[in-house]
Amino acid sequence: MKKGYLVLIGVAVFFFMSYSFFKNTYNKMVSMDEGVKASWSQVENVYQRRADLIPNLVNTVKGYASHEKETLSAVIEARSKATSVNINPSNLDPNALKKFQAAQGELSSALSRLMVVMERYPDLKANQNFMDLQAQLEGTENRIATERRKFNQAVQPYNELVREFPRNIIANMFGFKEKAYFEAEKGAEKAPEVKF
Amino acid sequence: MKFKFYIVSILLLLATTVFGQSEFPERPNPPRLVNDLANVLNQAEEKALEQKLVHFFSQTSTQICVVTIKSLSGYDIASYTTQLGEKWGVGLKGSDNGILLLIKPKTATSDGQVFTAVGYGLEGVVPDATANRDIVNAELIPNFKRNDYFTGIDRATTVLIGLTKGEFTAQQYRKSVKKASGKSSGGGFWLLLLIFFVIIPAFSRRRRSYGLGHSLPFWAALTMLGSNSHRHSGYFNDFSSGGGGFGGGFGDSGGGSFGDFGGFGGGSFGGGGAGGSW
Repeated sequence: MKKGYLVLIGVAVFFFMSYSFFKNTYNKMVSMDEGVKASWSQVENVYQRRADLIPNLVNTVKGYASHEKETLSAVIEARSKATSVNINPSNLDPNALKKFQAAQGELSSALSRLMVVMERYPDLKANQNFMDLQAQLEGTENRIATERRKFNQAVQPYNELVREFPRNIIANMFGFKEKAYFEAEKGAEKAPEVKF
Repeated sequence: MKFKFYIVSILLLLATTVFGQSEFPERPNPPRLVNDLANVLNQAEEKALEQKLVHFFSQTSTQICVVTIKSLSGYDIASYTTQLGEKWGVGLKGSDNGILLLIKPKTATSDGQVFTAVGYGLEGVVPDATANRDIVNAELIPNFKRNDYFTGIDRATTVLIGLTKGEFTAQQYRKSVKKASGKSSGGGFWLLLLIFFVIIPAFSRRRRSYGLGHSLPFWAALTMLGSNSHRHSGYFNDFSSGGGGFGGGFGDSGGGSFGDFGGFGGGSFGGGGAGGSW
């Protein structure tokens, strides 16, 4: 009788412990996964913010530098390309992220070409509206850099968690996949210079 | 070849982690809102600014922090300021109502640079264009050009105070702290399991087996209960003063005398704000 009792205790303890491990691991994965998704949505927000600024910028520039059509249309084109690339936050794999990054990178370089061209228009540079837009654009580039950094900071501990043994077994069971990082592009680490 | 590459990259990684530590100054202890690390202000000026900012903080819970620094360690000033603000946790957690004004004074060999980093919670009242026009270009740079650091900082903080005054109040802040400390961790499920697997079997067998083992499962289960319930930390986890709130005089009319600033609260920055150079 005593033996049966001890076995029962053993089973109960074992059950408690495995349940507790399982629960903690699973819940941690869920909350970290949510954290990564939240920081991804922040990344998308700031890129969207930049896309929203561009029509305004282009219109302001048009009034002063109407014969820079090529540069302006390059910006508009890059913008529409960049906004068409969307990522499903539950599927942040390296390929998808690379595509996203390439499209946004194109927009960055089109914008910096535009900024170089605008050097030639002193009237434009003195325009208050343009100065405000320029400050907003600079701020947006800073935000992009910041949110990308934060995104990588959120992904790193998550990836560690889902790849470590024995938690990776639970991760595989429930489809917690490793997520991709933002890679530093050449010259993209720093915001493009929009100084005058 | 590949081996060499690995060695080099490991060394590089080590280097960045080692030097990464010292690029940013440590959070001031005792906590101060005015940190003149480049020595461009005299004692009286420093004290006047600190008093002004602590007073504003005690009324609104908004933290405006001023830092002067000799070198940016190769960083772009915008990202340096944002990261420093994040590291020190200027502003309060949740409200993210911090502003960090960072100044790298002009020297014989380098340009002066300044950046006003605005926490998430204040981006609405201090948009980038405003920070650029009304603070950096109107107040800071003209005065800094004349080498008058105090007037520039004093005027800029006055503008910032005017802009952010209505955004956060001390009452709001207190409410948010109360909410955070009332949360309990759910131990109900464990209690149920305990009853099912330990107490009920123990009682049903009581008649036959005495002594031994009775208390053992109970204790074992209790220990697990304890290990599972996470200790909930309050809002002020990060305070260097050890979890305390504000210094004295919070919310009182006479609050904000020198030195009673309680510490930074873990506010977060998203890269908002504006800067310039001279």
